[in-house]
Amino acid sequence: MNILIKDKTLNIFVRILIYTLLIMCALYFLIPIFVMVITSLKDIYEIKNGNILALPEHITFQPWIEAWSEARIGSNANGIKPYFINSIFITVPSVLISSVIGAFNGYVFAKWKFKGSELFFSFLLFGTFIPFQVILLPMSQTLGTFGLTENVAGLIIVHIIYGLPFTTLFFRNFYVSIPTELINSAKIDGAGFLKIFLKILLPVSLPIFMVCIIWQMTQIWNEFLFGVTFADASTQPVTVALNNLINATSSVKKYNVDMAAAMIAVAPTLIAYIVSGKYFVKGLMAGAVK
Amino acid sequence: MKSKLKYFEDSIPKFIVSPTFLIMITFTYGFIIWNFVLSLTNSRLLPVYTFVGFKQYIKLFSDDKWWIALQNLFIFSLLFISTCIVFGLLLAIFIDQKVRFEGIFRTIYLYPMALSFIATGTVWQWMLNPGLGLEKFVKEMGFTDFTFNWIVDPKMAIYTIVIAAIWQSTGFVMILLLAGLRGINSEVVNAAKIDGASMPKIYWKIIIPQLRPVFFSSIIILLHIAIKTFDLVIVMTKGGPGYSTILPSIFMYQNSFARNQLAYGASSAMIMLLFVMIFVVPYLYNELRSKNEYSN
Amino acid sequence: MTMFKKAVLALSVFGALSLGATEVEVLHWWTSGGEAKSVAALKTMLEKHGYKWKDFSVAGGNGSNAMTVLKSRVISGNPPTAAQIKGPSIQEWAALGKAANLDSVAKANNWDSVIPEVFAKQMKYHEHWVAVPVNVHRINWMWVNPSVFKKANAKIPKTWDEFKIAAKKIKAAGFIPVAQGGQPWQEATLFETIVLGVGGADFYKKAFVDLDMNALGSDTMKKAFDILKMVKSYTDSNAPGRDWNLATAMVYKGKAAMQFMGDWAKGEFKVAGKKIGTDYIAVDAPQTAGSYIYNIDSFVMFKQKDPAKTEAQKVLAKLILSDKFQIIFNTRKGSVPVKIGVPKDKFDSIAIKSMNDMVAASKAGTLVPSMAHQMAVPDAIRGAIFDVVTNFYNSKMSSTDAVKALVSAVKNEM
Repeated sequence: MNILIKDKTLNIFVRILIYTLLIMCALYFLIPIFVMVITSLKDIYEIKNGNILALPEHITFQPWIEAWSEARIGSNANGIKPYFINSIFITVPSVLISSVIGAFNGYVFAKWKFKGSELFFSFLLFGTFIPFQVILLPMSQTLGTFGLTENVAGLIIVHIIYGLPFTTLFFRNFYVSIPTELINSAKIDGAGFLKIFLKILLPVSLPIFMVCIIWQMTQIWNEFLFGVTFADASTQPVTVALNNLINATSSVKKYNVDMAAAMIAVAPTLIAYIVSGKYFVKGLMAGAVK
Repeated sequence: MKSKLKYFEDSIPKFIVSPTFLIMITFTYGFIIWNFVLSLTNSRLLPVYTFVGFKQYIKLFSDDKWWIALQNLFIFSLLFISTCIVFGLLLAIFIDQKVRFEGIFRTIYLYPMALSFIATGTVWQWMLNPGLGLEKFVKEMGFTDFTFNWIVDPKMAIYTIVIAAIWQSTGFVMILLLAGLRGINSEVVNAAKIDGASMPKIYWKIIIPQLRPVFFSSIIILLHIAIKTFDLVIVMTKGGPGYSTILPSIFMYQNSFARNQLAYGASSAMIMLLFVMIFVVPYLYNELRSKNEYSN
Repeated sequence: MTMFKKAVLALSVFGALSLGATEVEVLHWWTSGGEAKSVAALKTMLEKHGYKWKDFSVAGGNGSNAMTVLKSRVISGNPPTAAQIKGPSIQEWAALGKAANLDSVAKANNWDSVIPEVFAKQMKYHEHWVAVPVNVHRINWMWVNPSVFKKANAKIPKTWDEFKIAAKKIKAAGFIPVAQGGQPWQEATLFETIVLGVGGADFYKKAFVDLDMNALGSDTMKKAFDILKMVKSYTDSNAPGRDWNLATAMVYKGKAAMQFMGDWAKGEFKVAGKKIGTDYIAVDAPQTAGSYIYNIDSFVMFKQKDPAKTEAQKVLAKLILSDKFQIIFNTRKGSVPVKIGVPKDKFDSIAIKSMNDMVAASKAGTLVPSMAHQMAVPDAIRGAIFDVVTNFYNSKMSSTDAVKALVSAVKNEM
């Protein structure tokens, strides 16, 4: 939808105004990552003596190499690479499984409502407001009882459990906008629950899957609290490594390595956002959150 | 025969959502109840079930720090949610004007959500610190009277938290609203234009009301983010100066885990949930109800 | 045998060995820098004895994140083999029955005779050894840039009155008298140093260890708050939120004259290439000569079901208190050995002074635990004291009100 203003000069003035405002806002959004990037390319002397917004005098990629494979985190000096790989093992199953379950749930809440389903859905949504610190101890006790404390499965299960409300929300809102007549005519033709899902809803669900995957990926990949509590020494995700690097107390801080590590840690989510931005908008337009 | 089949058919949906139901009952509401029970005990280091009634709650409400945390949450949530929505709406409207490079602008506004504050918090702290960041930069450009020392001022520090939080979440609201704008039926708008209505009026009277469901989702998501805000404050101000930027989530964590006051922390968590209930439940109920009226 | 076969054999032997090796999981928060290197050294030493070290490090909040994880692990029935726990928390864990008994190692290695009694008491629960100390930090140091003093024509102060005079001169000369960071623990560190100076070791113990209400509400305590406010007036306004190491940088860059900080500050000076004596010196904080505020890092061994792990714990404990590790760890970290009698040749002059002062203070009864660093009181009380101190420091609260608040805050937690 666009503003159709009759007066041509007013139109040009307004357009210049719009572009200026957009660019000024863009600066506000871009400065932090600009600082992160240039800090990660400076040597430590420049950082300690210079201005945070100044461009590096000598560009060095050493902090990046160090962050990836050499940085000391605890007693190992292997950089964040091992943790990065852990994060992949944790995020991929969690995102996929919670999205699939969310799809089925959303389908039910949108098209196969039963008595009490709206109430159930509200309770589900409300439950997302629980502060996660509250569940740390009871969840630990539960995982311990089931012997799930020493592998990555426990952490994956936790992420799935607490991701379900949002994935359900996304799919439910999306499927609500699909005309019920389609479903009804399919029912008349004799199609059952699963068939309708596979033949009618699934084919158009790609945009909403993208929204769901991106949202879940951001939540899970960047998540710290569960990662530090439920993972054991060999399965810690990259957020824990990043925290260990940046928030180490009483020791000399290497800000350039910290920033390089931070950039590497956020790279997957960042790339996902940039590459799938289009799908994201499409998915939301198709009614993800109406 | 037919009713048996129908019964079977009707049970499939219930069967499908039953795992989620069980999970919700156990891992959300079950744990809330566990937390409530804990808040009635004297637990310090680990849960120990010696019951002391509402002692922890009485202690909580005579704790000066807790009142500041609540006040901060209120200020923060109000500013954060309203600014994100207004700012996001404006950005969405501007971008919707068939702007060139829409994709690039969109990405620039959206990407902060992809980053975690463990990564960006340090940078924000530098930028807002008077001796290192913005104030120093502007002063060096010649404006020697410029001050921007909110982050070191106990009265203003909470607003710096708002600035960083808005940076992270506005893009997401913008995208929701952009999608919403694009889904609006242009016939009604065109009719209004023919009738001679001005664009601002059209936006105000026609377009924005139709975005109501999107506003609903945005507010829920933003409120959710506001209540869970933890990393941002820890990295930027650690709750300071003093404890002027403390939030209930930090209060709870500090007491439960750093100060070995498990039951006390649990009581603060219960109060947090209570407040959320008071604000969110009526809103949820209202919106879901009207949505039902819409879709039927 | 072909190369391939040899490789397979080697791998399977290696695999068998490591499969068979008992895993020792150690939870700590020494995640980077010199401390992490020292942990790596301990790992190597332990693995020479045939064990496998599983490093579980969690930074943040000076141990509070690690403590969260520890609680979760204990409650899940899967505690780590060893965890970095300090001060009164040791007693709290032992009281819950979770700590393993280390008496046999203590006896075999004469711990009671080589570790100062004040320290040993904190490592024991009901007369049994339950924790092994690693190092000793001294808190009441004042780090000085001598050339700044020279330029300002000021004398390095030995009392708080002298401090006032010197600070005025330094400020007039255009320098920042005191470099201070802006976090509650730093303010508390400064405060307890002042309390020790103003009231002496006995007063310090009465207030911060015995939690005597008369001491906490006394005029001496009010005077300490007054001095705290006075010191603040000689810091710069950008302090809030500042990390301690950035404040140290202000000193070695010549912008500030003094910093009140524990001995880990030495590491910053070293990394910046500064030399003791010419670029910086460390002196007793005003009025605290002869007294020593200590901060000890220690490991608690958690009761294990596997007897092999219990054996591993004993070996780990022994290694931690070995001369070799004490030297490696403490030369890197800036602290001093917790054991008396470790050879001094690898330590610098500041460390040697610290070691000598420690022994002297132990004999004189002026060796006191740090309140700010979790040595003196349980974390709940420490937290309450922090709240009062940081609130006072960052507001216009009067000293009289601060003292009142201190008394009621501590009372509330008892």
